[in-house]
Amino acid sequence: MIEIILNGKKQVLDVEGDMPILWALRDLGLTGTKYGCGIAQCGACTIHIDGEAVRSCSLPVSALQAGQKITTIEGIAGTVLHPLQQAFIDLDVPQCGYCQSGQLMAAAALLSKNPKPDDALIDQEMTNICRCGTYNRIRAAIKQASAHITQKA
Amino acid sequence: MTTSLPLSRRHFLASATALAGGFQLGFTLAPAQADSPKPELNAWVVIAPDESVTIRIARMEMGQGTLTGLAQLVAEELECDWSKVRTEYPTPGQNLKRNRVWGNFATGGSRGIRDSHDYVRKGGAAARMMLVSAAAKQWGVAESDCTVSKGIVTHKASNRSLSYGQLAQAAALIEPPKDIVLKDPKDWTIAGKPLPRLDTRDKVTGAQLYSMDHTMPGLLHAALKNCPIFGGKLKSYDAKQALTMKGVKKVVTVADKGVAVVADNWWRAQQALETITIVWDEGPNATLSSAAIEATLKQGLEAQDAVIGNQSGDAKAAFASAHQIIEAEYSYPYQHHATMEPMNATVLYTPEKCEAWTSTQNAETALAALAKAAGLPAEQCDIHRMLLGGGFGRRAVSHDYVEQAALIAKQMPGVPVKLIWSREEDMLHGHYHPITRARMKAGLDSQGNVTALHMRISGQSIMASINANAFFAAGRDPSSFQGLNPGGTEGVFGYAIPNLLIDHAIRNPPIPAGYWRGVNNNQNALYLESFIDELAQATGSDPLAFRQKLLAKSPQHLAVLNAVADKAEWHKPAPKGIYRGLAQHMGYGSYVAACAEVSVTGNKIQIHRIVAATNPGHAVNPQQIMAQIEGSFAYGLSALFYGEITLKDGKVEQENFDTYEILRMAQMPKVESIVMPSGGFWGGVGEPTIFVAAPAVLNAIAAATGKRLRTMPIQSHSDLKIS
Ligand code: FES
Ligand code: FES
Repeated sequence: MIEIILNGKKQVLDVEGDMPILWALRDLGLTGTKYGCGIAQCGACTIHIDGEAVRSCSLPVSALQAGQKITTIEGIAGTVLHPLQQAFIDLDVPQCGYCQSGQLMAAAALLSKNPKPDDALIDQEMTNICRCGTYNRIRAAIKQASAHITQKA
Repeated sequence: MTTSLPLSRRHFLASATALAGGFQLGFTLAPAQADSPKPELNAWVVIAPDESVTIRIARMEMGQGTLTGLAQLVAEELECDWSKVRTEYPTPGQNLKRNRVWGNFATGGSRGIRDSHDYVRKGGAAARMMLVSAAAKQWGVAESDCTVSKGIVTHKASNRSLSYGQLAQAAALIEPPKDIVLKDPKDWTIAGKPLPRLDTRDKVTGAQLYSMDHTMPGLLHAALKNCPIFGGKLKSYDAKQALTMKGVKKVVTVADKGVAVVADNWWRAQQALETITIVWDEGPNATLSSAAIEATLKQGLEAQDAVIGNQSGDAKAAFASAHQIIEAEYSYPYQHHATMEPMNATVLYTPEKCEAWTSTQNAETALAALAKAAGLPAEQCDIHRMLLGGGFGRRAVSHDYVEQAALIAKQMPGVPVKLIWSREEDMLHGHYHPITRARMKAGLDSQGNVTALHMRISGQSIMASINANAFFAAGRDPSSFQGLNPGGTEGVFGYAIPNLLIDHAIRNPPIPAGYWRGVNNNQNALYLESFIDELAQATGSDPLAFRQKLLAKSPQHLAVLNAVADKAEWHKPAPKGIYRGLAQHMGYGSYVAACAEVSVTGNKIQIHRIVAATNPGHAVNPQQIMAQIEGSFAYGLSALFYGEITLKDGKVEQENFDTYEILRMAQMPKVESIVMPSGGFWGGVGEPTIFVAAPAVLNAIAAATGKRLRTMPIQSHSDLKIS
């Protein structure tokens, strides 16, 4: 049993230590985090742990420390949508949408460290699979959100 | 706007009693009850007093934008306020009860819109006419003196107006019109516009529910292992340890082929499954390998038993008198769909009723599979359609996952069970893109004109795999000749070659084959467009000019080709180190072409730019067509560079994305799309541009390296890599 901060609220995870965080989260009804491969290949399960993008299918609950902050797709918006979410809407990025939570979480972690990523950095950091092939629009949306964030700063 | 609201039960019952003789339109429905809170004007349109317009969608959304496109078409004719539009999916059970008032639910072959635009638009138009008629009646004026705009009917002369919400109940009682005139597409204001999709917001907040996410009280989770050897069966298993594990409720056999663990959490079920020792009866294919399949297909290249798909003149005689003969052999492997959402279904079974919540491209087929597995009449079953985390054809025909979920749930009556296939299970039990080879042979005269072409395809028929009876009755599979036909919507061979023979030696390895985005167009276009480039090269011709000459009598094929050549500035030399390749094809009613620009440094291929054009006749949502073009390249280039399912000992060798790679952001080229609807016909958009993705890039690689790659995928048969 471990207590963490999940999307800003205290949450006890009372499951086996070897259960991947993905399946513990989905049992809590946070189904925005998706299963795609289970072996850290596709990124559909990406969440933030203390702001770092992590593939939650391959990290057991036992790897968490008490009080760590976990953010899922359900928790990245504040009173308004995250600039990336808004950009994904503006540019109509999702097709089937199944990979999009993971894409957004990976992109959000990228922008929080590098608010102005260039194409090479986007290529390097955005390694999640999108089978529908929304990559061109994801790239454009990251740039739009980046412009929005850096303008405000 | 929301999607996927369940149909109101009460409302549904009210109209279900009606005899819906007008199959295509549902106009002969009994009028909605006057006290109905949400009057149904017809099967397609429901308008509530709060002005919300619910448009029913029969075809399925899986990312391709059909939901929004179909809603645009109905709304266009309805003349409603687009911001008030929401959508819902009727179930196949409701369709059954209402004499298939919504027609076909099948969503494949890029048919979502091209097969149903006529009757859904009529549904919208009929509803509008009834609303106008209700207003005219209430005011005692002529219908022709009323105008409609954005959900408001106005009688200018008396300065009166009423909203659709106010009129809907009266309108629902009006006799549906018989003569319906649809708008000329050039007058469209909602359809034909690049409107945002209706289903985006929930996909960026995590709120969108896929069938993977479906939940209900008491839900249990199942993990399954099916015999990994095609044609094999379950012999015995030992689940002692599994049954002691945390959360495990039950271990069950699934038909005679698999074992499933049911637990309170899917990961627990999967963990327990892995402790079960299973003995398989390996069956007749236990030694089947890719090498054996290849040998069978190679034999087919020489064989006499080929069915003819397209023939004119006498190719064999023309070869005898040809000045020059050019031959080349190509191959295209099995591919897996690899939808991002693995196969899954939730089923609740009781002896009286069986329901499933699942992702399907054809809920009517899914219903049939469910009913059969449940052992109940279809009338006592239903499928609740959930958004698909990708379809690409995998969820179109075989509903093995629904059947299995039902077989498991049947062993736990009253308990809803969600079966999820692990990614490994998903890769091992695909209905794969079929494997084929082709031998291309051309005869040229002394001026370099193509006088004869023989295209011999050898390989698997999809129809034989999914509908053996129909296949044996027909003795052929028309889909083998997609894009190579003498005429028709399913792909016209555009080149004028006086002596032509295209035939197929059908060789069916015991591997399940299925429709896979683009289907047989993919390899047919790759074979043909690569070879056309080889002929251009052999005659010292420019690949564009060479094609233009052969396509002179195929203006639609030519127009898309010219469009990409113009935009890519084919007439100007490419920047230093950059090489271009072209391809064109026609299929699913649409004409497509692409120009790729690549460079090759050492063994690294870089794709710098793709210019792609499509003429789908009518373009219902141009920005969504662009999204489909972009996505087609990601899918098509994944196949070209990486995609290959191989077999060893009767079993697929690739089990996850580490061995079945998918194109990612870093490799994705920038795609510039040209949507150029000519009007006059309705073509598909979800698949067509995939046809030209691989051949355009292959032709550019050949231009860059002087070497022709003929065996796919590139990664397994060349030291070239995409970077
Ligand atoms: S599900 Fe975690 S990376 Fe694929
Ligand atoms: S939007 Fe479908 S997998 Fe990315």
